[in-house]
Amino acid sequence: MSETPDQKFPEEQWDEEQQEEEAISTGAESVVGALENVGVEVLFGVQGGAIMPVYDALYDSEMTHVTMAHEQGAAHAADAYGIVSGNPGVCLATSGPGATNLVTGIADASMDSDPMIALTGQVPTDLVGNDAFQETDTTGVTRPITKENYFAEDADTVGDEVGTAFQLAKRGRQGPTLVDLPKDITQGGTNVSPGTGELPDTYNPAEEAEEENVEAAAAALEAAEKPVILAGGGVIKGEASDELRSFAREHDIPVVTTMPGIGCFPEDDELCLSWAGMHGTGYANMAVTHTDLLLAIGTRFDDRLTGGVDTFAPEAEIAHVDIDPAEISKNVHADYPLIGDAERVLEQLDDAIAHSPDSREWVEQCQIWTEEYPMDYRTPDDEPLKPQFVVEALDEATADDTIVTTGVGQHQMWASQYWTFREPRTWVSSHGLGTMGYGLPAAIGARFAADDDQSVVCFEGDGSFLMTLQGLAVAVRENLDITVAVLNNEYVGMVRQWQDGFFEGRRMASEYSWCPDFARLADAFGASGFTVDDYDGVADAVEGALDYDGPSVIDFHIDPEENVFPMVPSGGANGQFAMNNDQLEEL
Amino acid sequence: MAGGLEGPGPNERPHPEGRRNEQGIRIDPAAQAEVATERAVLSALVEHEPGVLAEVSGLFSRRQFNIESLSVGPTENEGRARITLVIEEPETGVEQAKKQLEKLIPVVSVTELDGEDAVAREMAVVKVGADDPDKVQAVTEMHDGKVVDTSPETITVELTGPEREIDSALETFERFTVREIVRTGTAALARGPQETR
Repeated sequence: MSETPDQKFPEEQWDEEQQEEEAISTGAESVVGALENVGVEVLFGVQGGAIMPVYDALYDSEMTHVTMAHEQGAAHAADAYGIVSGNPGVCLATSGPGATNLVTGIADASMDSDPMIALTGQVPTDLVGNDAFQETDTTGVTRPITKENYFAEDADTVGDEVGTAFQLAKRGRQGPTLVDLPKDITQGGTNVSPGTGELPDTYNPAEEAEEENVEAAAAALEAAEKPVILAGGGVIKGEASDELRSFAREHDIPVVTTMPGIGCFPEDDELCLSWAGMHGTGYANMAVTHTDLLLAIGTRFDDRLTGGVDTFAPEAEIAHVDIDPAEISKNVHADYPLIGDAERVLEQLDDAIAHSPDSREWVEQCQIWTEEYPMDYRTPDDEPLKPQFVVEALDEATADDTIVTTGVGQHQMWASQYWTFREPRTWVSSHGLGTMGYGLPAAIGARFAADDDQSVVCFEGDGSFLMTLQGLAVAVRENLDITVAVLNNEYVGMVRQWQDGFFEGRRMASEYSWCPDFARLADAFGASGFTVDDYDGVADAVEGALDYDGPSVIDFHIDPEENVFPMVPSGGANGQFAMNNDQLEEL
Repeated sequence: MAGGLEGPGPNERPHPEGRRNEQGIRIDPAAQAEVATERAVLSALVEHEPGVLAEVSGLFSRRQFNIESLSVGPTENEGRARITLVIEEPETGVEQAKKQLEKLIPVVSVTELDGEDAVAREMAVVKVGADDPDKVQAVTEMHDGKVVDTSPETITVELTGPEREIDSALETFERFTVREIVRTGTAALARGPQETR
């Protein structure tokens, strides 16, 4: 403060009064100002009592606010926005049920390390702890599922806390953060303008891996006869896709991705074996099972990827690149721990490698496996529409940079298996948490982050879609160009598949004996609806839906008994995948 | 039922011999040994702010780390608190616990304190029946304890020392009628000029 105190006031009294006088803005305005300072352009949220001061401050902001139909959708939309744009997506909700409805979406972002920030209203500070109306201990509830959360205590600092939450969500290993905003703090006066947010002093993620470990890993790579790169979501989050591509091609190393890593390496590249794990390709699982040197980048060795740990890459030394030291040797022992930024560590490795491994025979072997375990499905005339055909039809009808979002279940697996992904940030799905209903709200978020000429296609199952389809109201209101393809088998199909495989076919609570007419439902919302019963109808419906300028829903009535293959039973050995029902019975 | 895809069956494929243990470490399948747990004392310097203790204790429960004791209190630095944790885990579990602790944003640093190079103390307060005050006094003195409260019916004794000494002292007190026991959990610092961090 540069002004001199007015002489007629004693100094102490002056401070107090001057402060009051200079309270030129509110905590809520600081929150909004902080978001603008860090470059936020879009927010997804739902109004409500305790968050109203923040919404009031948004009234004068240039930022776009998308009013969602449900807070879960707001969180998923923000999450998907973060995946597609690389910048933290922002969601807002009020206290109590608003905040608890965000929880699924926050947990989803946490499991997949997606950058996101959640702002929640809270009852005024003097009511906190009194079980006030719409009070929930939001920081308590979300503590295990956020990278960090804050309970705002001062209108002067709340803006910077929001800035810090944004930076934390984005830097190092990304993840969701939350700031809980009591109403008296957002309504409180302040004369402090927020900055762009600083990382806490205690947070210092490493950029570069230790040189000694890099050299050891490089030597192991040089000597490897069967090297495989396992590329996870961290490659995309760390903007390391280009570096990975040149590294793998220069050294002739086959690339397997994880599910979140889909798109970091083009799936139509000869070196790409697609993704490994429970429903990964046979060739990816064979390669991971027989490799002698696994260079894993930005993956946390989730159980759906590893299968039983005892049989995971059992002959391989593992070099593990990760920005989070806690991921090193958490699930699988890392012989070469490489803690650092994915792109930078790949550069370090590239510099340290004197010669590429002699991998010619191994690359040929991997090629043989792609021929032995092809993803070729059959389309017999006397059987209903195959879901794989639908996925391929949509892939063919759209451009290479099309963004695909999904719910969770069989449809998600078919989408990830039969769509050919070529670019990072085009695959948007719920991996770690496995949240049914993720697809539509994710498509809404992705639509706002995508380029205008980029298409957004959402695959959903009938069961998954029913969980969040109120988002159609948002898509119609905002006139969002989204195509929703419902792979409708009138089952919670993945559960039905497991019941058939592991519960003697006792189909408890997985049969939807009645599903709504999704095309008419779309119509009722004001979207464009299509129904497809057979192969002949696919092309026209796809064309009609893609041409429609706004949200459209295609209800594909698919073969209700179709199962997802290959399949590694839970906890099984990756090399023991089943290609079909008969093989599953052998296991 | 829909058939699926074509390809050689699981039994027609080559299978590697290698195996990993539960910790994901490659092992000789013929010589797999039981993994022994160890007791480790971890000292975490943390920002003194609301929610830190909940964050730390929540971490240990949700990741199923075996926690024997936890104590927390202020330090020489007003803005910092120190949390001392005693855990019982295999070596890989201790490493993982340290890394997970370090990952929490308000945690400044984590040190594992080895028995030899650290002073570790805890306090117990034990309330016993006053039937035999002389013997209680004798046992108290034997363990360098202190009588801190008496009533016609009870004697309350304070004991401090390393965890194991407290264990054996309390065992000795069992000869009296023990009414109540409370223990603080271990607090520890590195020996000599070495900073605990």
